[in-house]
Amino acid sequence: MATATLHAHDVHEHEHEHHELGFVRKYIFSEDHKTIAKQYLITGIIWAFFGGALSIIFRLQLGFPDLNLDWLKPVLGQWIVEGKLEKEFYLALVTMHGTIMVFFVLTAGLSGTFSNFLIPLQIGARDMASGFLNMLSYWFFFLSSVIMFCSLFLETGPASGGWVIYPPLSALPQAMPGSGLGMTMWLTSMTFFIVSSLMGGINYISTVINLRTRGMSFTKMPLTIWAFFLTAVLGLLSFPVLLSAALLLIFDRSFGTSFYLSEIYIGGEALPNVGGSAILYQHLFWFLGHPEVYIVLLPALGITSEVIATNARKPIFGYRAMIGSMMGITVLAFIVWAHHMFVTGMNPFLGSVFMLLTLIIAVPSAVKSFNYITTLWKGNIIFTPAMLFSIGLVSLFISGGVTGIILGNSALDINLHDTYFVVAHFHLVMGAASFFGLMAGVYHWFPKMFGKMMNPTLGYIHFWATFVGVYCVFFPMHYIGIAGFPRRYYSFTALANNAAESFVDMNMFISIAAILTFSSQIVFVINFFGSMFKGKTAPQNPWNSTTLEWTTPVVPGHGNWEGEIPAVYRWPYDYSKPGSAVDFIPQNVPFSATPESNLPEENEEIANEKEIESLLDSQNAVYNI
Amino acid sequence: MTYIIGLLSVVFLALAIMIVNKSIALSKGIQGKEDSDSPVDGANNSNAVGFLVFMVVGSIAAAWSFFHSKPDFLPVAASEHGLKTDQMFWISMGVITFAFFVTNVVLFVFAFRYRYKKDNVATFYPVNHKLELIWTVIPAIVMAVLVFTGLRVWRDITAQAPENSVVIEVTGHQFGWYVRYAGNDDAKLGNNNFKLIDDTNSIGIDFADENSFDDFTATEIHIPKGVPVLLKIKAQDVLHSVYLPYQRVKMDAVPGMPTKFWFVANKSTEEMRAELGKNDFNYKLNCTEICGRGHFGMAITVFVDEPEDYKAWCLQQKPFLAQNPDYLAKVPEKLKAKAQKYIPAEAPAEADSTQAAAPEAAVTMAQ
Ligand code: HEM
Ligand SMILES: [Cu+2]
Ligand SMILES: [Cu+2]
Repeated sequence: MATATLHAHDVHEHEHEHHELGFVRKYIFSEDHKTIAKQYLITGIIWAFFGGALSIIFRLQLGFPDLNLDWLKPVLGQWIVEGKLEKEFYLALVTMHGTIMVFFVLTAGLSGTFSNFLIPLQIGARDMASGFLNMLSYWFFFLSSVIMFCSLFLETGPASGGWVIYPPLSALPQAMPGSGLGMTMWLTSMTFFIVSSLMGGINYISTVINLRTRGMSFTKMPLTIWAFFLTAVLGLLSFPVLLSAALLLIFDRSFGTSFYLSEIYIGGEALPNVGGSAILYQHLFWFLGHPEVYIVLLPALGITSEVIATNARKPIFGYRAMIGSMMGITVLAFIVWAHHMFVTGMNPFLGSVFMLLTLIIAVPSAVKSFNYITTLWKGNIIFTPAMLFSIGLVSLFISGGVTGIILGNSALDINLHDTYFVVAHFHLVMGAASFFGLMAGVYHWFPKMFGKMMNPTLGYIHFWATFVGVYCVFFPMHYIGIAGFPRRYYSFTALANNAAESFVDMNMFISIAAILTFSSQIVFVINFFGSMFKGKTAPQNPWNSTTLEWTTPVVPGHGNWEGEIPAVYRWPYDYSKPGSAVDFIPQNVPFSATPESNLPEENEEIANEKEIESLLDSQNAVYNI
Repeated sequence: MTYIIGLLSVVFLALAIMIVNKSIALSKGIQGKEDSDSPVDGANNSNAVGFLVFMVVGSIAAAWSFFHSKPDFLPVAASEHGLKTDQMFWISMGVITFAFFVTNVVLFVFAFRYRYKKDNVATFYPVNHKLELIWTVIPAIVMAVLVFTGLRVWRDITAQAPENSVVIEVTGHQFGWYVRYAGNDDAKLGNNNFKLIDDTNSIGIDFADENSFDDFTATEIHIPKGVPVLLKIKAQDVLHSVYLPYQRVKMDAVPGMPTKFWFVANKSTEEMRAELGKNDFNYKLNCTEICGRGHFGMAITVFVDEPEDYKAWCLQQKPFLAQNPDYLAKVPEKLKAKAQKYIPAEAPAEADSTQAAAPEAAVTMAQ
């Protein structure tokens, strides 16, 4: 427990920023959760630009099929042939875009950043349970990033079989060039990625369980922490399954096994493999794949809960129902995976079961949306950029969520599966909604991360451009899906009835909207990096928020609090409490100090305060072992 | 085209420069001011109004774009089960569109209505179990209704194919579809085996199985109208997926694991041509599972014929064995005599008479 000793050292000598760690230990191989969070965030932002840029390139192809792309030659080289995108490269772009967005941006960038940053700060801990493991987690992610990035420059191209890399396509290099070295690197990279998320997850879980400050019971935890905690549980249980799926694929590719391969004739020869099942891979993949949707989404919803309550100046409506729905989602997320496989030839009875379970999971999601909306009711809403993004998230979550009811219906999924309807659905509910959560988090906690305020006006511009843009990009994709356009199509020339022609304008519109939306993210980058250096110095509690992170110094040092860690006496949502003179009462204010606003049952809790305070020694002891 | 792009990029560049300029100015300016202790800046009301404007303009845009795109949606399903799923699709769409509008409108109206006002205090309203119960139960009921209608339809679609179904084998490969019919004599598909594939016998028909002798292959798919058709779906190399958009049929093709889908097409190609007013219209079977560079072009033309026309077409087709007499060598000795019957006599001109000898009645078809 080397880290704990370090912290103890901090506490007892109250020396702030005196014992300078070297540059390398402080900023690169740092074990401080706040630094690691920033590392995740910045890596995530860089990846988001890459992933976005890839989608812009293939949107050019889809929106302007006749456009001469020779001007991209300096960047893409041999992938541009006679002014056109190579067909295989189109698939490579789609695959890399999906992989980057789902794993590197929204899993690592979102959960990695905010779980790391907020868990210790909001539960009142000096750092993560194991700072060392935490550091390793980031560096495994970094390694995985580097490998994935390098694979983009391979002669044979990166992995190209879709982000789900279904075998046999992904198992056989003769099926497409991207299934050669590119796929090997994809698998290697993802292996490291999984190791990284497992280390992260173990840390988040043990920190939340063990290092809560005195008085911080589970029912007093902010919903952000609940969300991160349940996300970590989801990841811990599902990522190992992806790892095994990947391992079996590696065996099939390199060691001649036949887990997924059977009766294949390709490239003029019959392969020796028999007895494998390509469907097995899909079961294993989606056993992670579906929880992954919630791994991406839950942290965003947690962040939103916090931001909406703070800026509506109201308690979150239905705190316990929110926890209950998140738990429901967590459990149900594991038993709905096969709704991605209705038309794979799976037993139709299984299809019915998964349809039933899938529509059940819609209920807790609906409850969450209603609770957010009710939280706004009779609020006194302050539209900070974070609040705008949170309201945007709720809207996108609803708009993308409702079509899930259609896709979860196996009979309807027959026609819609693997069409643009699905692309529209998951981009709204998972891509855009989680991205909005990420942005809300950045705008809200930037002052705590960097001690500076971001420029709100640029934040507003960024929000409106993105909000309008995202709807313009993804809403029309429903129509294209209803018109029967399959996804992962380089062009739509082979559809019946010259269907491509009827949507030329629509596809062009989507592409232009995508380019504008993507470009407007530059406003964010300017604001982000600009404010980091030139922003106004932040006050200690800029949003008048109740949670513990705002009781730390403006720029918390190593160990987070200079003196003792505050105790917690109340839930995190005492906003606009009747009787109180101020419109927020932080969690560390005891009930005995606020007799004017206590509810009857809260007066009874005053008796427990002594007991909470008496835990101080044992709490400090944790950091002294 | 290039023009539009050029123009757009110029416009956009100008915009970008403006924004960058403005942002630099703002970030300089902002440091100085912020005098009052009001928690909001001047933009709070504009943002609130923004949500209202977004709601109104967005609703109009959503409605307009829907009606604008509607003529280009897939036309009314051309299969019996498709009619049912279409109906359910539009009912569900109605339900979710309602939910979509109501919740989004309430969200935006609340955002606007309860924007910050100086002397307002938010209402401390942490919980209401009755409300929560109501909005847990209502979606649950709606969901249950949708599930149960869905389950019924799904059960019917995935039920065993009727006995009298026309069986057609569709095999996906990079990048195309092979089609095989059970033949005019026995209405049974013969076995095939991937190890028997060669340049001519591209689906590895096994001639040790006598059911294969009359099987014929085709480069386009013909199916009879009004008769159950059972697609037996296979793949040779990687995953593919059979997609007949107009018939609302989709099923993956998996190497090593045959799959199937049966349906009744209820609109012939001619009828669809008349409906769409396009004389050159043809149904297509597309691929909807990523399979490599040619994925997007992996299509085969499908004709839905009146049953008589279908029968006539079938009778014109020659068994694979008849077209490739060399494969007689692969037939085991004891079946040679039977197979011999499919081999045209020396002169190719007589081939037709052999063909005509096949009994018509064996063509699988509902009566
Ligand atoms: C700049 C904004 C974005 C645009 C314009 C965009 C556009 C697209 C389009 C058109 C496709 C389908 C391509 C095809 O099937 O041929 C696609 C695929 C995908 N996108 Fe995005 N997207 C964006 C952001 C995101 C985000 C934030 C996520 C995070 C969840 C995401 C995740 C995915 C995934 C998982 C796929 C499927 C990849 C595959 O088929 O293997 N995208 N994107
Ligand atoms: Cu799922
Ligand atoms: Cu394909």
